[in-house]
Amino acid sequence: MHHIPLDGETDFDGWRLAARALALNDVKPSDVTWSVAGDASELFAPTTAPQEPAGGTFSVSARFVKLAQLAILHRSPERFALLYRLLWRLRQNRDLLDIATDPDVSDVTAMARTVRRDEHKMHAFVRFREVGREQKSHFVAWFEPEHRIVELAAPFFARRFADMPWSILTPEACAHWDGHAVSITPGVAKSEAPTADRLEETWRRYYASIFNPARLKVKAMRAEMPRKYWRNLPETSLIKPLIEGADRIASAMIANAATEPHKSQKRLQPPMPSRTVENTDDIETLRQQADDCRACPLWKDATQTVFGEGPQSARIMLVGEQPGDQEDLAGQPFVGPAGQMLDRALKEAGIDRGKVYVTNAVKHFKFVPRGKIRLHQKPNTLEIKACRQWYERELAAIKPDLVVAMGATAAQSVFGKITPVNKSRGRLIDLDDAQALVTVHPSYLLRLPDAEAKAQEYRRFVDDLKIAAAVLRGSPRAA
Amino acid sequence: MDVQRKLEILADAAKYDASCASSGTEKRDSSDGKGLGSTAPGMGICHSYAPDGRCISLLKILLTNACNYDCLYCVNRTSSNVPRARFTIDEVVKLTLDFYRRNYIEGLFLSSGIIRSADYTMEQVVGVARKLREEHHFRGYIHLKTIPEADDALINEAGRYADRLSINIEMPLEKSLAKFAPEKNVRAIRRTMGRLRLKLDEAKENVRTATRTKPPRFAPAGQSTQMIIGADATDDKTILDTSANLYGAYRLKRVYYSAFSPIPDASRALPLVSPPLIREHRLYQADWLMRFYGFDASEIVDESAGMLPLDIDPKLGWALRHRHRFPLDVATASREELLRVPGFGTRSVDRILATRRLTSIRVADLARLHIPQKKALPFIVLSDHRPSPQLLDGAGLAARFKPTTTQLGFGF
Repeated sequence: MHHIPLDGETDFDGWRLAARALALNDVKPSDVTWSVAGDASELFAPTTAPQEPAGGTFSVSARFVKLAQLAILHRSPERFALLYRLLWRLRQNRDLLDIATDPDVSDVTAMARTVRRDEHKMHAFVRFREVGREQKSHFVAWFEPEHRIVELAAPFFARRFADMPWSILTPEACAHWDGHAVSITPGVAKSEAPTADRLEETWRRYYASIFNPARLKVKAMRAEMPRKYWRNLPETSLIKPLIEGADRIASAMIANAATEPHKSQKRLQPPMPSRTVENTDDIETLRQQADDCRACPLWKDATQTVFGEGPQSARIMLVGEQPGDQEDLAGQPFVGPAGQMLDRALKEAGIDRGKVYVTNAVKHFKFVPRGKIRLHQKPNTLEIKACRQWYERELAAIKPDLVVAMGATAAQSVFGKITPVNKSRGRLIDLDDAQALVTVHPSYLLRLPDAEAKAQEYRRFVDDLKIAAAVLRGSPRAA
Repeated sequence: MDVQRKLEILADAAKYDASCASSGTEKRDSSDGKGLGSTAPGMGICHSYAPDGRCISLLKILLTNACNYDCLYCVNRTSSNVPRARFTIDEVVKLTLDFYRRNYIEGLFLSSGIIRSADYTMEQVVGVARKLREEHHFRGYIHLKTIPEADDALINEAGRYADRLSINIEMPLEKSLAKFAPEKNVRAIRRTMGRLRLKLDEAKENVRTATRTKPPRFAPAGQSTQMIIGADATDDKTILDTSANLYGAYRLKRVYYSAFSPIPDASRALPLVSPPLIREHRLYQADWLMRFYGFDASEIVDESAGMLPLDIDPKLGWALRHRHRFPLDVATASREELLRVPGFGTRSVDRILATRRLTSIRVADLARLHIPQKKALPFIVLSDHRPSPQLLDGAGLAARFKPTTTQLGFGF
C-alpha cells in the first residue's frame, strides 16, 4: 500500500510526479491512497512514491493533462485517486478518453466541466467595489467559489482590468493585481471586504429597469444564476420584489388603454412623401420607379432591384441575365465574379466600362437557398416578360447604337423571343432603332471546367466584344 | 434629470431588444497596460440574469427614446406618452466604464430612437463608440444598432468600433411592417444588411490576405437581427422561411425572436395578451435545427399546420412525422442521421461518433452521453435495445411525449 501526501489541495505537480513514478512501478490504483499535507483525515503515515525506474518512459496525451489540471481543482476528495485510475487505464488503452461512456472518463470529464463552469461563473459574478477615489482607488471583490478556482480564474481579470489595482478575496485564497503581476495570498474572512460601492444603486436601478415584468421565466434565471451565487450579488435582493410586482404591472399594461398622444408627441410631418411617378426618359427616374417593382414574385426573396448603370450618353448597352449574389447585395450590376470577367474582357477589347450602360434582362436575383449560400436559378419566360418593360424603357432612355445581349436570357429579352445564342452570335443584327450583337454570358466562361476550353471561349468572347468596339469607333453618334 | 433617472427610462426603452450576445468576436485584452477591458471570444459572459430569464451581458440602453417614427409595437413610438430622456455622449461613456470596472457588464449595446435624420442619429451612436475606443481605449464589447440608410462613411466607422452591428427586420412580412411601422421600409433594411454583408466579407478577405499592414476592422462579431413574434398573424412556417432567407442572404450570426410583449401605453391595434413565450422558445429550437442540425426551413414545420406544435419540440415533431426513417442503428448511422434523432444534441453525436469506433453503446450509456432515455429510445437501436415495431408505428407514441400536466406558477 502506498500513501501519497501532496503539498496542497491543488498540487498538480506533486500529483503528477507521484502518479508517474507509481505507474512506472506498476502500482495498481487500488494500492494507492492520497492525502493532502495537514489534512485531518490522514490515517496512515505517509510514504513517498517509489523511485522512478531508470530509463522508464512515460507519456500521456496533452488532452489528459489538461483534463487532469482542471479536475484536480474539484472539491471532490476522490479526485486524486480517480485521476490515477484513469492514468493507469490509459496506459492499457490509449484511446480511452474517446470512450465517453466509460464511467471513469465520464466522471473526470464531468469534474473538469464543473470546474470550468465555476470558473466561468466567477468571471461573471465577481462584483468589484471601489475603495478610495479616482487616481488612488483600488477595486476589491468578495467571492465564494464552489471549487478551488481562484488561481485558475485570476488571469482573466488581469487581462481585463490591467489598468486598475484589484483584489478578489475568497475564504480559501485571494488574488491580487498591482498592475504588473498576479499574486495569490491565503483566504480571509468576509469582514475584510468592503461592503458598499457608490455605483451599486445605479446598477440596481438598471437591473430593475431592464427586466420585463410581462415575461416571467424564473426557472430559466435560476438555471443560469444558481442561488448559491446570490448572496454576493448586489442586484439579487431585487429579485423577490420584482417577481411579486410583475403580475400587477403586466396586467395593468394589458388593461390600460393607450392614452391620447400628447400634442407635442403627435406627428409633425407626414410619413415619407410618396414619389411622384412620371413617365420620363431620365434613367434616374426609371431607377426609382423600378425600386418598387412587383411585376413578378422575384422581389420577395431578393434584397433589391438591381437597375442598370452607366452614363445616359452611352452608345453601347450591355445586357446580362440577372443580378447574382454580390449584385443583389450591392445593388449594382456586374460587380461579382462574372462582372470581373466582363471588366477584363472589355478592357482587352478596348472598351471603357465607364462609357457603356450595363444592365440585366431580369432585375431581381432569382435563387434557391442551400444552407448558407444562395444558388442562382435561371429566370423563366414569365419573369423575363414581366421585366422586359424596364429593358424597353432603359433602351428608350439611353438610345444606344448597339445592344450587346450576353447569354440566352438577354437575347430573349432583346429580341422579344427565344433566340439561341450560337446561331446569332458574332454578327450585327438590325433592331428598330439600333443594332444588336449576341454573345455568351461571362458566367458561362466561369462555369467551364476545362482550362483550355475556358481560354478558347474567353478569346471568342473578347472577339465578339471587339465587334462592339469597332461599332463604337466606326459610327459616331449624331448629336 | 439625473443620470439614474435617465438610465431607468432609457433601459426600459431598450429592453424589448432580445439580443444580448457578447460572443464570437476577436480576441482582445488590455494586458499591454493601455486601456481597459477584454473580450471573451468563446462563449461570451452573462453577468446577471433578470427574473424574465434573460441574461444581462451588456449595458443595453438607448441614447434617446425620443423618436420620429410611430411603430405601433414600439414603446418609444412618437405617439406614446412614456417619459422621454436623452443621454449625452459623455454620460453613456462614463456609465459604461463605471459599470465595466465593477465587472457588471461585458460592454455596451447602444441603440437610439430616430431623431432628426438617419445620419444624425447614427452619428450620435457612433460618437459614443468612437469616444470609448479612441479616448478611453476601451477593449470591451460594443454592439451598435445600425440605422438603415445611414451614410456609408458612418457605417464604416461603426464597423471599425463595434464588435457587432444589427438592424432589426422587426416583422416577418413586408406587409406587416408597412402596417405596423409606416415609416420603416423593409427594402431599406435589407439593402443595409446587404451592404453590411459586403463589408463583413471584405474585412474577412482582408484578414486572410493581408500580410503586413493591419486590415481595416469591420464588426468581427458580424451582424444580427430581430423579429417580433405574435404581433401580426404570420405563421411559424413563414417566419422560418424569412429567417432562412436572411441567414442565406446576409450571413447573419443570429436571428432573434422576440415574443410581442405588452408595453406601457400600448396601442389597441395590437394583441395585448401575455407574450407567446413557448412559441418563441419553439422558434429558437427550430432556428437551431436550421443552423446546427442540417434541417431545411421547409421541413421543420408540418406543411398542413403552418405552426410548430407547442407541446413537443420541433425535432420530435419532425421525427413523429417521419417514423419510416426510424429506428436508427446508433452503431452505424451517419452523423447527419444521428443529428435528427430526438434528444440527440450536437455534442452527444460527437461523443457517440468517437465512442462507437471503440466500443458498443448500450441503454445504460445514454445518461453518460447526456441523452434523455425516454425521448430517444423509441427511435434508436442500441446493442441491447430495439424498440418494438408497435411502439414506433402505434398511435401511442405521440401521446407518450405530451406533457401530463400544465405547471402553473413557479417554484420560488
